[in-house]
Amino acid sequence: MADWDGVHLHVVTGKGGTGKTTVSAALALALAAEGHRVLLLEVEGRQGIAQLFDTSPLPYEERRIAVAPRGGDVYALAVDAEEALLEYLELFYRLGRAGRALKKVGAVDFVTTIAPGLRDVLLTGKAYEAVGRRRAGRLEYDTVVLDAPPTGRITRFLNVNTEMAGLARVGPIRHQADSIMGLLRSPRTAVHFVTLLEEMPTQETLDGVADLTQAGLPVGGVVINMVRPPTLRQTDLQAAAKGRLDRSQVTAGLVAAGLSDEPGLVDGLLAEAAELAERVALERQERRAIAAAGRPTYELPWLTDGIDLGGLYELADTLHRQGAA
Amino acid sequence: MSAPAPVRRLDVDRLLDDPATRILVCCGSGGVGKTTTAAALGLRAAERGRTVCVLTIDPARRLAQSMGLTELDNTPRSVPGIDRAAGGELLAMMLDMKRTFDEIIATHTDPERARQILENPFYQSVSSSFSGTQEYMAMERLGQLRAQADRGEAPWDLIVVDTPPSRSALDFLDAPKRMASFLDGRFIRIFLAPARAGGRAYLRVLSAGVGAVTGALNKILGAQMLSDAQTFITAMDTVFGGFRERAEHTYTLLQAPGTAFLVVAAPEPDAVREATYFVERLAEDAMPLAGLVLNRVHRSEAAGLSAQRSAAAAEQLAGDRTHVLTTGLLRLHAERMQRIAQERHVISRFTAAFPQVKVAEAAAQASDVHDLDGLRRVAAGLAGD
Repeated sequence: MADWDGVHLHVVTGKGGTGKTTVSAALALALAAEGHRVLLLEVEGRQGIAQLFDTSPLPYEERRIAVAPRGGDVYALAVDAEEALLEYLELFYRLGRAGRALKKVGAVDFVTTIAPGLRDVLLTGKAYEAVGRRRAGRLEYDTVVLDAPPTGRITRFLNVNTEMAGLARVGPIRHQADSIMGLLRSPRTAVHFVTLLEEMPTQETLDGVADLTQAGLPVGGVVINMVRPPTLRQTDLQAAAKGRLDRSQVTAGLVAAGLSDEPGLVDGLLAEAAELAERVALERQERRAIAAAGRPTYELPWLTDGIDLGGLYELADTLHRQGAA
Repeated sequence: MSAPAPVRRLDVDRLLDDPATRILVCCGSGGVGKTTTAAALGLRAAERGRTVCVLTIDPARRLAQSMGLTELDNTPRSVPGIDRAAGGELLAMMLDMKRTFDEIIATHTDPERARQILENPFYQSVSSSFSGTQEYMAMERLGQLRAQADRGEAPWDLIVVDTPPSRSALDFLDAPKRMASFLDGRFIRIFLAPARAGGRAYLRVLSAGVGAVTGALNKILGAQMLSDAQTFITAMDTVFGGFRERAEHTYTLLQAPGTAFLVVAAPEPDAVREATYFVERLAEDAMPLAGLVLNRVHRSEAAGLSAQRSAAAAEQLAGDRTHVLTTGLLRLHAERMQRIAQERHVISRFTAAFPQVKVAEAAAQASDVHDLDGLRRVAAGLAGD
């Protein structure tokens, strides 16, 4: 029994630099395990997924990019606002020639670039379409994972259709906007936050959780990324924080390891210990602040060798073991 | 492998002290310390004698507080607590996007039309909630701040701008082109045709192709929304003209010699990849790049001991209960040196691709910056003190 059974749309956000694309991909892999079909969507035009999986840039086409543990497939799509608009027009209005005419006179440009907010309407619309799409009588994807815009923009991004509904009081656009908001506000959606044990990402996460809650959008879990377990014992950390580590003990250790005659070595190591102590104390504060938000929390380790495909599977497995998928 | 070319160091103080430097734009992806860099450089320039206005977009709360900013406010306010011995001053403001937009409307149109626009539901959405407006408004405000200084109405001789936190941070560069293609485009003429011709008469006058477009719009948007949109665009029509002119003016201003762009990054693969994109984009638009600012670069005072040797020494001591502390310290050091090596690798890939770009580095701090002293330390690091 995983924490998010029943959720069809996982939205993953996080402050820039927290590894939101990596976590989205790991979550998609974990959710796809044991024979599921998962679609991983990216909406910021950065081709982050292609880079992560080390493939060529994704075209506007759902494409299988990974096989999950114990069978299961992860598909990926880099959503392009212009393509999504033309597809939407075709799907809902069967515009044909008139749709192309709209493109020719610059209406498509207008929608996707002059009024950039309308992009968000199209991008959330695409996620909505993918979640509900059926093939041969069943849902085409068991779950959709959306690598969403960063925390600072997430509430506005997800709420853009409420804005749209305010503009179109009746008619097909109103209907579409209401349907999208219906999904996004329902328990079938969960918005997860990726953070680091640092002050700014944590603060943004807490602000984001509050904003989403206020907007009536479903907050999911908090993923603490790049966690580095301290290499020093608790007592040594306490001593390091006070600048009271035993120099002679360190020197004796270095002599035993044959490193005794490096100038400045002991001071350098002690300075690094003091920094670690400061970092660990700050991390403890951030952990407490995150816990106070009362959301399910997951921790992913810092991978010393950087993120490669093997690393992604390792992170997916960690998420699975912690109950995220 | 040949040795990497030496990195050209950016002389930050020379850039800040040069009276010819009038605008400093900090751009880069989110989470790399862009706002901190803008604030730190603004503070340093002020304490070295410049009168500086820092325009921030969306600062972290405690950083904003450190500059005395407590709320969105379109007026630059003097920052208390700075050293004025060199005769400089620091002012700071946090962009209020909606108010900036409202003021443009109020300034460039008559009261009746202004009221129409401000009440239009499209306007209310575009001005306050749709993302993307921020980029336009930041540039608009920059243009205004500069014009105020040029007219002698404001004291600042240097404006430091922090761009919005997204990939679209450079979208403002496209603003004039977009505005032009939009205003000169067929779309707006067709779109406005019904409103101008009044009633349904337009259908007879316009060609079949145009009829198909308006027909399609009517079908998609519905009559009410189409009419709201038309009212909005008609009302905005007059304002747009001035908007475009100013956008073009700001664009030219950005290319001018008094402007310096700093691309901000952290020594991580994603951030540096984004920095590469920014550097290329600025070159494409002939924008003057002063250099790359690398924040949060790790260093070690014991750099003589490599990651491998440190790890091997830790391995040798492992299990010896008298040396648990030293073992931990050696492991910690090995981690640190490995990280430094990864960072150097990422940085060297950038400098190999752009050997002409000058670089300034700031060391990683154990905790976040949220007071003036912290900003001073960051700036001192960048300046190489």
